[in-house]
This record gives sequence, structure tokens and C-alpha cells, in this order.
Amino acid sequence: MGARIVPFAGYEMPLEYAGILGEHGAVRSSAGVFDVSHMAQFRAFGFGAFEFLQGVLTNDLSVIARVGEAQYTLLCDEDGGIIDDLIVYHSGDLEYMIVANAANRVVDWEWLVSHCPGDLELVHETVRTGDVSECTVEFVDESDRTAMIALQGPRALDVLGELTPDGYVPPVRFELGEAFLGGVPALVSRTGYTGEDGVEILTHVSRASAIWRMLLSFPEVTPCGLGARDTLRLEMGYPLHGADMDRGVDPVSARLDWAVSKSKGGFVGRDAIERVRAEGPARVLSGIVVDEGIPRPGFPILRGGNEVGKVASGTFSPTLGRGIATAYLPTQLAEEGARLEVSIRKKTVSATVAKPPFVRETSLSARQA
Amino acid sequence: MYPSDLKYHKEHEWVRVEGDVAVIGISHFAQDQLGEVVYVDLPSEGDEVTADETFGEIESVKSVSELYSPVTGEIVEVNSALDDAPETVNEDPYGEGWMIKVKMADSSEIDVLLSAEDYEAFIEDEA
Repeated sequence: MGARIVPFAGYEMPLEYAGILGEHGAVRSSAGVFDVSHMAQFRAFGFGAFEFLQGVLTNDLSVIARVGEAQYTLLCDEDGGIIDDLIVYHSGDLEYMIVANAANRVVDWEWLVSHCPGDLELVHETVRTGDVSECTVEFVDESDRTAMIALQGPRALDVLGELTPDGYVPPVRFELGEAFLGGVPALVSRTGYTGEDGVEILTHVSRASAIWRMLLSFPEVTPCGLGARDTLRLEMGYPLHGADMDRGVDPVSARLDWAVSKSKGGFVGRDAIERVRAEGPARVLSGIVVDEGIPRPGFPILRGGNEVGKVASGTFSPTLGRGIATAYLPTQLAEEGARLEVSIRKKTVSATVAKPPFVRETSLSARQA
Repeated sequence: MYPSDLKYHKEHEWVRVEGDVAVIGISHFAQDQLGEVVYVDLPSEGDEVTADETFGEIESVKSVSELYSPVTGEIVEVNSALDDAPETVNEDPYGEGWMIKVKMADSSEIDVLLSAEDYEAFIEDEA
């Protein structure tokens, strides 16, 4: 398809097809599709599945009590450091599916397996043998067999409607349901990473190209690469693990405290996160809009000539036509409207602290209004 | 793709000589390699540029490249239209997408630049 290909997390990924700006615009105004099959999928099943995950994930899993509901959540270490950000689905009775970042697949898996509570037995066998007195959870890495295609944009649901049987009711935001797309069985999740309405479609890898081709048969659908995925998510201020947060930061500093339960019982990292919450974070992830130029990751951020932080994520916003960035800033400087400077190679340019999303009018914000 | 009335620098800039003034932009090959141009950082009128040294930067969404001056001299005009329409560099690299005009200090610098034919052979080797 004439894509520019780049290596990413061990996969060969399309950076762009016809061009990042056109792809970005297509998602904001019509619809785009992204092959995000590199994302990792784990499935936990059994009477022990809930307790297993409730003890390691930061958000309260009991909130998604009904099958089909999904939740953004974090995996933290004992110090509150963010190992990964995830979406967890109540995918079936006694069953949860986790979608994780490709680059963290092995780390997440090993962390989860090694933090299974002692009174639960983690099993992999198909036929249950051994001590029947143990409450079990079956935990499976399904990443290699699971393909994932994101269909995003104001026209995404129209396209989905065309491919599904009459009377099909798509899931509501942050819910998951089974669907047959042109007869192909798939899971459809009303989620995304673009700020537009849309879905993420999960299916077996052998069925993915059929769905991809069906989606692209619609003239309103544009194939999109990682480049547009990054500009779209950054315009919304959606964090990217590895750029905006990692094990060196806690959820409060990353402004992800909303994904940490304040009421549920113990989970890994709780005490450390509560300490930061009580004391207040020294630095917080903030949005920045520059007056000129394009801030790139690692560029110094200055205040009165002194470095106060570095760009975490930075790019050109196609919607705004200017450079946008995120950075950890000292809490007292992270006031919306505060003036700073960004050092862009040989130049120092003025910048303003902004509260993400950088782009507020999208098909998703219209729907939620 | 490579007009024969222009001279080319190995860093992919072109020069059109108009009397003692050199009009400078980037080649079709350069704009194609960069992809969609979203920002061009140019110097100001009156600034001095030196042959083979950088005079500005050009950025796509994902990459940054430096712009090299093929000649030495004083900038007499800057294409400020590129501030609002950087994509002109992709659409019309040899016309509306020009970048700076330089009053040359030494017009013999033009002689060491590549002809269209030589430049085309050069980029074929590079590719």
C-alpha cells in the first residue's frame, strides 16, 4: 500500500501511508483505520480472576461489574511507578481481558504472574488437575493470535453499521461486544486513542486482513499509520507509556490519579501513591503550546533562563497548526496560561502552559456533551 | 523534476541566479524525502549566510533537516509566505516554495555547484 515502514516494539509498523497530515485529517473529519495488532492481549479466567487482577491493577475492577464493561487502569510497582497503562474488559462471566502496550508485553506478563496472590493458584493447563482445594485463575497471553484494528472518526459508526447485520446495536463508550463484520466473528470495543468516536476491533489474526479490506472498501475510510496515531493522541493529551510516564513516575504526578481507586482494598503500589497524594506531587505532567517551531522529546523547558523540565512528548499539531508538547513541570509552574520557553536547538521560543486536550471539538466531545 | 536552468548543492538546495542575487530553495528530491513540510525556520533579511553552512531548518511531522546555503552573501529577501503555508515547499519547490534570496559576495561559488544532470546522477547514487 506504499507505506513508510518503521520498526516498533519488535514489529514492522507503518509510519504513514499517503502522509501523516492527510491521515490525521481523515480521522478528524471522516474515518481512518489503524492496524494496532502489535498491542498485547491477556485473558484471565476462573473464580480467582477478579481477585487476581483487583490486587495488582490500580482502578477498582468491581466498577465494571457487568460483562462487556471496560476500564482504563494502571499496573504499578510497590513505589507507585507506572509499569504500564492498560484497558481491562469484563469480557465474559468470570473472565477479564487486558489490552496492554506491545513494548511492555513481557514485563507486564511477568509482573502479573509473579504478583498472583498466594491463596490463588495460577494455572495454564486445559484440563484442571492438581489440588482441587485451590481457587484457580487461568491466565493466557493471546497477543500472537489476536489482531486489532482501530476504526476511528465521525463516520466510524456508520461504516460499522454497514458491515454488521440489520438491527446491530454497537456497544456504548467503554464497552465491548461481539459482532459479525461481513460474517467474520470479532469483538468490538467502543474505545480508541484519537479523541474521535469509533471502535477497536479484535479478531483472530487469520481473519484480520478480510476485515481490513472490508473497511478500506469504503471511500470514507483512510488507512493510517503510527505517525497519525501519535499526532491524534497527543492533540487529546492522551499519555503514551514510555514517553509520558514510566516506572520513574507515579500516577498522581502523571495526572492519572483518576485511574487509581481511593476506596478499594489493597493493591500493589497503594501506599506509595497515597503518600504522593497526601504530600502533593513535586512535578506534574503538563501541556505546553509553543509560539513557533516544533518541540521534540528531550528539548529543555526554561523559565527565566533556567531549565525546569524536558519535553516528554512533542509534535506538530495538524489541527492547531502549531507545536504542542507534554512535560513534567514543577507543580507551582504548571498553571494554565503560565509563560515558559522551550529551547529548540539553537533557538529559544516562548510557550504557554495549557490544559489538555489541546483540541476540544471532536466527534467524541460532541457525543459526550 | 530538476530544471536545467538551476544549479544544485549536494545538501539538496537549488540556486537560481538572477544577476548578483541567488534565489535558494530545496529540490524535488529533498521535499519528497522529507514528506509533508509543516514548519520552515528561516533567517531574517540582512543576515549573512556562508556557502556550505546552515541557514535554517525544515521540519515534517516526524523529522527535522538543516538547510545549507550554496553561496555566501547577505539575505535580501525571505519568503515569509512559508510561515503560513509551509506545504508550498512540497507543492512548488522551484517556484512559490523558494526560501531566501542572497546578494552574492562571490559569484564564482556558483561554478562549483552541480548541473541538473550531475545532481540527478548524484541522487541516484545516494538512493
